[in-house]
Amino acid sequence: MFEILDKKILAPNIKWIRVHAPLVARSAHAGQFIVLRLHERGERIPLTLFKWSKEEGSIELVFQEVGKTTYELGSYDPGDKIMDIVGPLGKPTHIENYGTAVIVSGGVGAPIGYAVTKALKDAGNHVVSIIGFRSKQYVILEDEFRKVSDELLITTDDGSYVRKGFTTDVLKEYLEKGGKADYVFTVGPVIMMKLIAKITKEYGIKTDASLNPIMVDGTGMCGACRVTVGGEIKFACVDGPDFDAHQVDFDELMSRLVEYRPEEKIALDRYVKGVR
Amino acid sequence: MARQIKKKRVPVPEQDPKERIHNFNEVALGYTWELATEEASRCIQCPVNFAPCIKGCPVNVNIPGFIKKILEKDVKGALEIIHKTNALPGITGRVCPQEEQCEMNCVMGKLGDRINIGKLERFVADEARKMGIHPEVTMAPKNGKKVAIVGSGPAGLTAAADLVKMGYDVTVFEALHDLGGVLIYGIPEFRLPKDIVRYEVEYLKSIGVKFEKNVVIGKTYTLYELLEDYDAVFLGTGAGTPKFLNLPGVNLKGIYSANEFLTRINLMKAYKFPEYDTPIKKGKRLAVIGAGNVAMDAARSALRVGYEEVYILYRRTREYMTAREEEIAHAEEEGVKFMFLVSPVGFVGDADGNVRVVRLIMNELGEPDESGRRKPVPIPGTEFGLEVDAVVFAIGQKPNKVLYQEVPELKVTRWGTLVVDEKYRTTMRGVFAGGDAVRGESTVVLAMGDGKKAAKAIDEYIKTGEWPEEIKPQSF
Ligand SMILES: Cc1cc2nc3c(=O)[nH]c(=O)nc-3n(C[C@H](O)[C@H](O)[C@H](O)COP(=O)(O)OP(=O)(O)OC[C@H]3O[C@@H](n4cnc5c(N)ncnc54)[C@H](O)[C@@H]3O)c2cc1C
Ligand SMILES: Cc1cc2nc3c(=O)[nH]c(=O)nc-3n(C[C@H](O)[C@H](O)[C@H](O)COP(=O)(O)OP(=O)(O)OC[C@H]3O[C@@H](n4cnc5c(N)ncnc54)[C@H](O)[C@@H]3O)c2cc1C
Ligand code: SF4
Ligand code: SF4
Ligand code: FES
Repeated sequence: MFEILDKKILAPNIKWIRVHAPLVARSAHAGQFIVLRLHERGERIPLTLFKWSKEEGSIELVFQEVGKTTYELGSYDPGDKIMDIVGPLGKPTHIENYGTAVIVSGGVGAPIGYAVTKALKDAGNHVVSIIGFRSKQYVILEDEFRKVSDELLITTDDGSYVRKGFTTDVLKEYLEKGGKADYVFTVGPVIMMKLIAKITKEYGIKTDASLNPIMVDGTGMCGACRVTVGGEIKFACVDGPDFDAHQVDFDELMSRLVEYRPEEKIALDRYVKGVR
Repeated sequence: MARQIKKKRVPVPEQDPKERIHNFNEVALGYTWELATEEASRCIQCPVNFAPCIKGCPVNVNIPGFIKKILEKDVKGALEIIHKTNALPGITGRVCPQEEQCEMNCVMGKLGDRINIGKLERFVADEARKMGIHPEVTMAPKNGKKVAIVGSGPAGLTAAADLVKMGYDVTVFEALHDLGGVLIYGIPEFRLPKDIVRYEVEYLKSIGVKFEKNVVIGKTYTLYELLEDYDAVFLGTGAGTPKFLNLPGVNLKGIYSANEFLTRINLMKAYKFPEYDTPIKKGKRLAVIGAGNVAMDAARSALRVGYEEVYILYRRTREYMTAREEEIAHAEEEGVKFMFLVSPVGFVGDADGNVRVVRLIMNELGEPDESGRRKPVPIPGTEFGLEVDAVVFAIGQKPNKVLYQEVPELKVTRWGTLVVDEKYRTTMRGVFAGGDAVRGESTVVLAMGDGKKAAKAIDEYIKTGEWPEEIKPQSF
């Protein structure tokens, strides 16, 4: 059992928790994730490692409440226990000193983007962070990003904070103004990653995207997480989750993500109604 | 004592097919004492050094020996005889392909039906379980040496059992949240109730084996770290990675690997959705590609979660199907439809990306290939479509590389299986491997046999410290 040590609400429906998971913490790297199962009847869901502390044996997760499992997790308080956590899973993001690295994170991709940003910064890169949110109330981790970025560009879809526009607009402007980018890492909604990849392809900038398909085991055993990269079938949980963004079939990923929408709705409705 | 030869096998009571396709309870109900005694009495007790059944069993269970004990109503005696070479009779009795192994050459086959060895073995295990009987074990005193086992499938469990009895401090590491490997996530409840697997695991715990779930070796700990903390490591990581055919449309929604389909249903209990959180897609018609045990399990599970029509699509003909006879018969009784001599060439989806049609091409059988089986050859111009709501790929699995993708010292064959020698030694000092990880997809009983033999080799290695300069690959 894995005890929740601490909890914060970062924005509407976005929560941060710190969990006791020493085995995960001791070997975690940026870009990796865990799979958790809340209880005996629970589903296995993946969440990315936001931060971790070997010394304290704890990991930090940031998640958005979108369905049954994430809402239920959101209802857990410090002292409550998660039945199973396995990890760290996936290949760590490849970190090197590229020169200038631009990290584009959207919405709840921000915690993943943060871990990678920090690692790229630690590796000596000049780090430019672009983070985008729906509106002011959803802006999360701003201070965290500021600490690990040389430049921080924030945007909101509706212009309620800093500026109006999508992360794609910000990246485009940055590049048009002659901003340097030797490497781009992107994580967030699939449509955003797809459009970011399109821009960086025009500029010929090496780009990795962190993909988030539906997963079950997270160890390469089921193939639920398969994605098409460069025409080949890859399993995101073991071959990824990062892939060359210019090779990824984002449309297929988008389609596969909603495979269980009707069932997810049933599960959430039942949960909201308090059926156990 | 002149005895009348009883030619006919005593039938095993089974759940009615019409009923059982609506539940996940075990199909074969097993013998009662009366029926078991009757079946056991058919065995003519061939001498142990000659009995062809013993030779046919990969772990050489003393079959006439335990059958005799059934007649003597001595469950403990029977169990102990079996346990000398087979630690999991409740499991093998249910899932071994007996018709190709112990039962194949049973001499009774010349006079009538062969003895139902599998069901008798299962009977012994089930009776023992009911009565809480365990075989007498002699535990060697603790020797202070530690062995790590990776994977809790039959290979790992068997190796763990033997090593703990030899006095080792044994820890089994398992990536999933439950123990048993394919026995728990793959083989469905209606063929192998999970309680039986749990019972065996609990027994191992009671004799001192330690289990660490939710630990992926290669991620949570590296193999190098294990080698620092343990005197030897056994890899029983199985062949868990599913294969797909890279055909147009293969990633449409509703197309699963058998592993995903079965894992959702068995391990995650999707058949109880929404009481359990994991969903499974439901629909009218489902097609399974492949014709082994895995395919039968997927097809029969599909019926049970509510698919009305389930097809097995196989590229060869009936006689080449690799599934156990009993599974094929059960699938047929339950109404699974078989389509032979067809291969998929692609999938067509609807506007939302859900699979709607499997495109198939007809085959004819050509020359035999390396495996001696006649090769399916597509007949041009015979393409047609089968409308479906879901497709399950059951065309085979390869070893999971999570563990060794970062360990260059571990050599693998071109099939991705680990290279080992006759003593199950890998190309890395102190690391042993067995089961599906070295055989590719194989069977429970062979995985157990490997675990047993590897345990012996591990004991020898730890005692002598001997390791060869060069590993001479052994093929299994
Ligand atoms: C490698 C990886 C890392 C992830 N890291 C994070 C993270 O750090 N924080 C976070 O909030 N989420 C993360 N996700 C997404 C998270 O796993 C899903 O939000 C979660 O599984 C939803 O479970 P649920 O039962 O609450 O909702 P469900 O009922 O399963 O789904 C509700 C809605 O969410 C969508 N959804 C389902 N699965 C995913 C998915 N994998 N990705 C995106 N949308 C999905 C569905 O389309 C559906 O509309 C990650 C996913 C992956 C694969
Ligand atoms: C659906 C299905 C039906 C079958 N039916 C039959 C049948 O009727 N009769 C029969 O004899 N055989 C059958 N088989 C085959 C049989 O199950 C296998 O041959 C047998 O289970 C192999 O045992 P194993 O111990 O080598 O590996 P597995 O049972 O595959 O166990 C391996 C375990 O190792 C774990 N693991 C893998 N990598 C790691 C890692 N890095 N760290 C930690 N843990 C790890 C896995 O999670 C898994 O639990 C069937 C197989 C399937 C899939
Ligand atoms: S282990 Fe399998 S092959 Fe051997 S006797 Fe038992 S059922 Fe037959
Ligand atoms: S071969 Fe058949 S009859 Fe002879 S001992 Fe074995 S089970 Fe009995
Ligand atoms: S989640 Fe099962 S293979 Fe990736």
